[in-house]
Amino acid sequence: MYAVNYHRAASVADAAKLIKTGDAKLLSGGMTLIPAMKTRLAAPSDLVDLSRITELQGVRVSGKTVTIGAATTHHAVANDEKLKKACPALSHLASLIGDPAVRHKGTIGGSIANNDPAADYPAALLALGATIITNKREIAADKFFKGLFETSLKDGEIVTAVTFTAPAKAAYEKFRNPASRYAIVGVFVAKGKDGVSVAVTGAGDDGVFRSKEIEAALAGNFTTSALDGVKVPAKNLMTDIHASADYRANLIAVMAKRAVAAANA
Amino acid sequence: MGIEGVGARVARKEDKRFITGAGRYVDDMVVPGMKHAAFVRSPHAHAQIKKIDVKKAQGMPGVIGVLTGKELKADGIGNLICGWMIHSKDGSPMKMGAWSPLAFDRVRYVGDAVVIVVAETKGQARDAAEAVEITYKELKAVVDASKAMDKGAPQVHPEADNNLIFDWDIGNADDTAAAFNKAAHVVKMDIINNRLVPNAMEPRAALGHYDKAEDHYTCWTTSQNPHVARLVMSAFYNVAPENKLRVIAPDVGGGFGSKIYIYPEEIVCLWASKKTGVPVKWVADRTESFLTDAHGRDHHTHAEMAFDKDHRILGLKVETQANLGAYMSLFSSATPTYLYATLLSGQYNIPAIHANVKAIYTNTAPVDAYRGAGRPEATFVMERMMETAARQFGVSPAELRRKNFVTSFPHQTPVIMCYDAGDYAASLDAAMKASDYAGFAKRKAAAAKKGLLRGIGMSCYIEACGIAPSAAVGSLGAGVGLWESAEVRVNAVGTIEVLTGSHSHGQGHETTFAQLVNERFGVPLDSVSIVHGDTDKVQMGMGTYGSRSGAVGMSAIVKALDKVEAKAKKIAAHLLEADEGDIIIENGALKVAGTDKNVPWFQMALAAYTAHNLPGGMEPGLKETAFYDPSNFTFPAGCYICEVEVDPETGVTEIVQFVAADDFGNIINPMIVEGQVHGGLAQGIGQALLEGAYYDNSGQLLTASYMDYTMPRAGDLPSFKISTSNTPCPGNPLGIKGCGEAGAIGSPPAVINAITDAIGSNDLAMPASPSTVWAAIRATKH
Repeated sequence: MYAVNYHRAASVADAAKLIKTGDAKLLSGGMTLIPAMKTRLAAPSDLVDLSRITELQGVRVSGKTVTIGAATTHHAVANDEKLKKACPALSHLASLIGDPAVRHKGTIGGSIANNDPAADYPAALLALGATIITNKREIAADKFFKGLFETSLKDGEIVTAVTFTAPAKAAYEKFRNPASRYAIVGVFVAKGKDGVSVAVTGAGDDGVFRSKEIEAALAGNFTTSALDGVKVPAKNLMTDIHASADYRANLIAVMAKRAVAAANA
Repeated sequence: MGIEGVGARVARKEDKRFITGAGRYVDDMVVPGMKHAAFVRSPHAHAQIKKIDVKKAQGMPGVIGVLTGKELKADGIGNLICGWMIHSKDGSPMKMGAWSPLAFDRVRYVGDAVVIVVAETKGQARDAAEAVEITYKELKAVVDASKAMDKGAPQVHPEADNNLIFDWDIGNADDTAAAFNKAAHVVKMDIINNRLVPNAMEPRAALGHYDKAEDHYTCWTTSQNPHVARLVMSAFYNVAPENKLRVIAPDVGGGFGSKIYIYPEEIVCLWASKKTGVPVKWVADRTESFLTDAHGRDHHTHAEMAFDKDHRILGLKVETQANLGAYMSLFSSATPTYLYATLLSGQYNIPAIHANVKAIYTNTAPVDAYRGAGRPEATFVMERMMETAARQFGVSPAELRRKNFVTSFPHQTPVIMCYDAGDYAASLDAAMKASDYAGFAKRKAAAAKKGLLRGIGMSCYIEACGIAPSAAVGSLGAGVGLWESAEVRVNAVGTIEVLTGSHSHGQGHETTFAQLVNERFGVPLDSVSIVHGDTDKVQMGMGTYGSRSGAVGMSAIVKALDKVEAKAKKIAAHLLEADEGDIIIENGALKVAGTDKNVPWFQMALAAYTAHNLPGGMEPGLKETAFYDPSNFTFPAGCYICEVEVDPETGVTEIVQFVAADDFGNIINPMIVEGQVHGGLAQGIGQALLEGAYYDNSGQLLTASYMDYTMPRAGDLPSFKISTSNTPCPGNPLGIKGCGEAGAIGSPPAVINAITDAIGSNDLAMPASPSTVWAAIRATKH
């Protein structure tokens, strides 16, 4: 790791000022940034730590509306009792991220701002039609995630929370990369008042996406049998040493089916 | 057996310091004035070095020295060598290319060391390493051994035309051809043994210290064999003569073979210490470990087996291409030859065998012995072939094997080895019983109801440990002898130090070796210390690899104990005014048999050192040395049965049962043996299901971190059902065979045989990852 100046932000406003220092980067849980710095692949001059800002913490459930502060850890999301009732699929998803150490440090805001193509949260937020709240504006999830490690966040813009309406039914099924345990394919299905939406992480060569084929099959019939024989095209899916595009296409259908079964259970 | 003697499940003495963080590894060593090194490594798999500019780096904060290969050459430091000469079948010696500890004209794999930077701190050394400017002219690279001999393939070394290092054979080609001519059935297979990264928990490290006052060097290094390191660094690398070089391998956190070899870094750190005038420490980071630790396996094999009409094996033909990487590592030539092809008779009567091995250079990390070293590759060939033959013939895999087992001993195979003892049917029976082999069909039907494919597979392995004897291995090309030494020092108060040339890097020698002493003299384990890993303390030794510490290292201790016992009895007989032949050792005392006359062990020891009352002419003291050179290898063998359930939708394999029935001969500490089996199985199952090192076509290692290289985790493994049987080894005084590698040797074919049984396709590569298994299932449907 190169030498770096560390700043602990006291508030979002404070962080917004500090981020203008040199070539500063925002630090939340640091689960991606710190390893990148340790291997000298990232070299910010300054780090602005958001993880102790009180206003970014916590899960709030009000009726059907769920709001999660950006610096809420995966562990907190996985174990929040109100959320477990309102949207157990998201609690379950958070419980599948990394390992206990990662879940106690990593945060939802950090995960979505990084937008790793194999991260779990982007699938959930896209399928849930969530809104990402920043210190400047509100952004719909389908406008927020822009390809591999890219979002619509502007320089210095800070994610403060995510909010969504709890769906009637939802589930997340993840097939892990055997080495990294990230998603090779993660499928989040949600059935809400606007119909069924299905988002896929880990597989797309341009990041998280909604599967039209699965959504079309489930639109009028949210059952596993609706997915019998549904084929997902391998086009635009990634191929790497762990999984071919064909294999990922197959897994999307299999994981979708398992997610529907879990959502209906 | 006492509670601390041979056969007792004694808790490991060394574990307290390991699990409380009190172990002392090379990185824990601090020498006054010590500075830190970083290596500049090649980012290219193959390139010419046009220019190295170190000026900017030299001016960086904290930098003490920036040194290149040209300076190293100018100081007369030699090239790294391979210590086992193999001759091709045409009689020509192997074609070894030059391996300079620091590359100066050409780099041959990603990670090749080019420049060393020494600085006040590790961070400063790394900063300055980045400032070294090297101009490369990139060359085309070749990573796949099966393509490296193609016309027009990139040439890795000018010494080896077509990248062919040697073209070696063993056995009898004519007899084998004749056997095939009369065959009723022939089974043919193409088999790939996947490349692995060793992944010792402790990365490699070296601390070189040149003492100007004494004109003497000390090297702390992560070595499995510090004496061999000293010998090689003195005799071939011209670092310093042996009397001016001390090598210390303190606590070492795992080796699995990868720490047998002498690497560039320890040589360069020693040289740089003299050059810069400061002690120089280097510790690999995990990326360096992935890139530069010697990798394992990487064989491409075509095998054919001939059977008569009754399914008895008539002959075996094997053609193997072994990828040795960019340079010949210390024992790289022996691994795919004398440690591989000599095991191709398996547990079976095979009248004729012919094996041809081509060793090939590529632009990849050097490949050398890795847990099992050649025997896993041989076992994978044999046991995949036997299973495939059984399927082809429609007969029971167990009965086909049983029919062909060697049953009388000694048994001379057509490929050098002479098996001394074994009972292969006993292991097979034990494994079949433990696995409820007969009940498999029921379990398969139950799994099918859940939509899962259940399969069962077995592997009857044999391996060879304690490579020996010295004269024989010398005649086959080994550059060293393969004996072991021991010194037993009985102190004046009766406590005992055992100095051994074996080296423990996780094996538990401090416990098992002490159990041997306890068994003999009744001295408590606490009063026995095992000393190893320091060339200034232990006179000479050959180190630990190839499961040799029990069979060879402990046998040397036994010889020294024999001498101590003989002298102790003489002293006791004198003190007790008895006949030497009547003295027995019991409960910590030397007694006159059949009487209550005795002298306690410590009193006898004190008498040896006071020398007030010794037999006439006897020298004072009680300290004996022995060298032990075995008469033969030992031959552990056993049967493993693996049962899997495969999810056809995802290709995920779950090992639902794994049974291991091993014959290791006599056992000193069953708990430690079980630990070795568990660890070996984890590595073998890791190879079969999870682990694979992949390079892209340009020679970049794609699996250079744990994000992409799949290490086995506890959750990937079942609870093993293991047992042992015992046909004592007749070749050594303890009847020991060795247990360190069997798990890694025997398990991969059992796993692959089980999965291929489950999915109904015999075409399956390792690692059988979910995507690979899914693709194999899908291929059966097209």
